[in-house]
Amino acid sequence: MKLNRKLWISTIACVITGNFVFTSLHAQENGAVEEFLEKPLEIHGNFSVNAQYYNEDSTIGAPKVPEQMLTNGFANVIITKGVFSAGVRYESYRNPVLGFDPRYKGSGFPYRYLQFKQDGLDVTAGNFYEQFGTGLILRAYEERDLGVDNAFDGIRVKYSTKFGVYVKGLIAKQRYFFNLGPGIVRGVDGLVVMNELIKPFEDSKFKVKVGGSLVSKYQEDDNPNYKLPENVASMAGRLNLSYEGFSFLGEYAYKMNDPSSDNGFLYNPGQALYLSGTYSQRGLGINVSAKSIDNMSYRSDRNEGLNNLLISYNPALTKQHTYNLAATLYPYASQLTGEVAYQADVVYKIKKGSALGGKYGTTLIVNAAKSFGLDSTHVNDLTTTRQGYTTNFFTPGQTEYYQDINVTVERKMVKWFKLKAMYMNLMANNDILKYGGLNGSWSGKIYADIAVLDLLFKLNSKHSIRTEIQGLWSKQDMGDWGTFIAEYTFSPHFFVAIMDQYNYGNPIEANQIHYPYGSVGYTNKSNRISIGYGRQKAGLFCVGGVCRVVPASNGLTISVTSSF
Amino acid sequence: MSTILIFAFSKKRHMKQTILALGLFLFSTTLFGQARTIPSVEVFDMKGGKFNTSQLDNDGKPMIINFWATWCSPCKRELNNIADLYTDWVEETGVKLVAISIDDARNMQKVRPYVDGQAWDYEVYIDVNADFKRQMGVNNVPHTFLVDGDKNIVWQHNSYSEGDEVELFELVKKLSKRESIK
Repeated sequence: MKLNRKLWISTIACVITGNFVFTSLHAQENGAVEEFLEKPLEIHGNFSVNAQYYNEDSTIGAPKVPEQMLTNGFANVIITKGVFSAGVRYESYRNPVLGFDPRYKGSGFPYRYLQFKQDGLDVTAGNFYEQFGTGLILRAYEERDLGVDNAFDGIRVKYSTKFGVYVKGLIAKQRYFFNLGPGIVRGVDGLVVMNELIKPFEDSKFKVKVGGSLVSKYQEDDNPNYKLPENVASMAGRLNLSYEGFSFLGEYAYKMNDPSSDNGFLYNPGQALYLSGTYSQRGLGINVSAKSIDNMSYRSDRNEGLNNLLISYNPALTKQHTYNLAATLYPYASQLTGEVAYQADVVYKIKKGSALGGKYGTTLIVNAAKSFGLDSTHVNDLTTTRQGYTTNFFTPGQTEYYQDINVTVERKMVKWFKLKAMYMNLMANNDILKYGGLNGSWSGKIYADIAVLDLLFKLNSKHSIRTEIQGLWSKQDMGDWGTFIAEYTFSPHFFVAIMDQYNYGNPIEANQIHYPYGSVGYTNKSNRISIGYGRQKAGLFCVGGVCRVVPASNGLTISVTSSF
Repeated sequence: MSTILIFAFSKKRHMKQTILALGLFLFSTTLFGQARTIPSVEVFDMKGGKFNTSQLDNDGKPMIINFWATWCSPCKRELNNIADLYTDWVEETGVKLVAISIDDARNMQKVRPYVDGQAWDYEVYIDVNADFKRQMGVNNVPHTFLVDGDKNIVWQHNSYSEGDEVELFELVKKLSKRESIK
C-alpha cells in the first residue's frame, strides 16, 4: 500500500517521540517501563450511528432534504497500557442530520490524544476536555447528540500532591467543527483540600476546600473600528464547605473587558457569582441556589456566537425536565449577557408503612425557579468609553425572564402498579428567550400549566407497560397541547413504543397538528438498535429506557449504539 | 498499535488510511481485547472531595458500576427498583453498587439531596465533566457495568427496562461464586 509523504513524516515523528519517552523513563529508573511491560494492553471504546430518512413536511416546517437521507456517526477507541493511554475518535457527518450545524459536513479524526499518568502527574498531549471549578470561566465539554464540542487541542499537565494540593495548567486552542478556533487559551487552576493539608483536621467532619483559577485568551485585534484587547484574562475563586448533612459551594468570577459580538463590542468587565447550599438526611434533601451573571460570554473567538468556541459555561438554574411537553416547548437557556436567578429543590420520602406513605413509601419532589434580567442603567457613551450600561450586581431588574414551580409525587401503589404525577406552572418570557430582546415580533410572556400522569403496569417480572398522559394549557403562543405515550418493554431485550403529541388548542386551526411517532428497539448487553418512524419535535426525547436530544423531523430514524 | 495513532495524527485523511487503521484495530482487538480494568479518572464524592476511580474496590466481591443522572427517568427507575432489593442483594452476595452521576454544573448540587432524599445506600460519585463516562465508553445513560472480584470489567448493559434487575442479579450471584458469566 502506497503511503503518502506526510504519513511517513508522522510515522517517523511518532517513533522518535516514543523512543525519547522510553529513553527518558529509563534514565529516571522510575519503574514506568517495567509497569508498562507488565500491564496488559486494553482496548475499548464506543460507537454510535444515527441515520435519518426525511419526508418533506411543510405542515411542521420540515424542509425537503436534497440528500433524502442524512447520517451522523462516530467511533471512539481508547488504548491503555499501564501508565500510558491514547485515544482517537473518528467522526462522520454525511451529511449532518437536521438540527446539526452544516459546518460539521465531512469526516475525519478531530479528537486524538496521548496521556501519561504516574505518581500524581498526568500529562495529556492532543485533545482533552476540562473544567475549572463549576465552569464559570472554563469548561470544554461534549454533547455529541447536540453537536456541542469545544474540546481543547494542546497540552495539559495536572499534578496531585499527597498533601491535598491539586494543580493543573493548560495551553490550547478550541475545536471549531473540523478546524480550530483562532484564539489561544491559557489557564491554571488550583484546589486545596484543607483537611488533607492540615493533618490534625484529617478526620474532622468539617470539610473545607478552597480553589482558584486564572484563564487568559489571546486573539489578534482584527477589528478596523475599535482598538481591542488582544489578551483577555478572567479569574475565579471558590469555596466549598461541608459539615455532616450541610454543604455550601460558592464561586465568584471576574472577566476583564472583552468586547465581542455577543455584547455589541462594549468594554465593560464581566462578573458572575454562584451560590448553592444543601442539607440532606435520610429521606430528605434540600438544595437552594442563586446566581448572577453580568457580561460573561467568554469565547476563544470574539466574533462567534451560538455554542461555538465558548470557554465559559453558564448553565440554566432551572429543573432539567424530562416529560416532553415540559422539556421541549419552553425550556430556559441561561442569558450570558446578564441575569439573576434563584432555585429551590426539595426531595422528601414519606416513610413506607405510614398512613401517607403507603405500603412502599411515597416520594415528593418540589422545585421552584425564577430568573430576572439584571438591574442595569443604559449609559450613552458609545463614542467614548463604550461601557454601555452600569449595573447593580445581584439585583434583579424589572424584566422577569422565567418562572417554573413544579411538584412531583411518586408512589408504588401495589406490586404491579406505580404512579407518578407532576404539575408545573410556567412563565417564559419569549421576547428574551426566543428573540433575544432584539426582534420586533414580540410574543410577550407565555403562561402555561402542565400536568403529567405516568403510569407503570408490571405484567410480570419481565413484561411491563408504561403510559404517559400529558397536557399543557396556555392562552398564549401555540395554545393547548396533549401528549400520549404507551411503551411496552420485554426485559432484557425488546421495547415497542407509540406516541402522539397534539397541538389541539392552537389558535390557528391549520396548526392544530398531530405528531405521531412509533419506535421499536432491541438491546443486547451494550449493543442497541432502534428504529422509529413519524414526526418528532425538537428536544430531550426519552423512550425505551434511554434519553437523548433530537432535532425536529419527519421520517425514518435508525440508530445503533455500541460500547466495547 | 501506535500505527493507528499515526494515522489519526496525520493531517491528511485518506480512505486508505481509515481502512488500514480499522483493519489494524480489529486485528489488535482479537489479540489483546480481553482484559479490562477500571480506568484511573478523578471524580468527586458527594461532599466535593476528590476520588480516583482506580480506587473503587469491594474486597474481592463483585461491584456494579451504574452511570445515571438526576434528569434521566429510566436511570432513576432502575436505581429506585434496585434500592428496594439492595439490602437482600448485599446480604446474599456482598455486592456493592457504585452510582456514577453524570450531572454537570447545572445539577451536581442536586445529586446528594436526591440520593439522600430517596434513601439510597449506594456509593455515589459525580463525574461532572463526563471524564469517567468517556473513559468507560458510555454512549448514553443508564449504562451498567459488572466488575468481578479481581476488579475486571466483565459485562455491560445499556438502557433499562423494568425487570432488567432480575438478569443483573443472576449475573451478580454467579460472580460472587466466582463463576464465569461469559
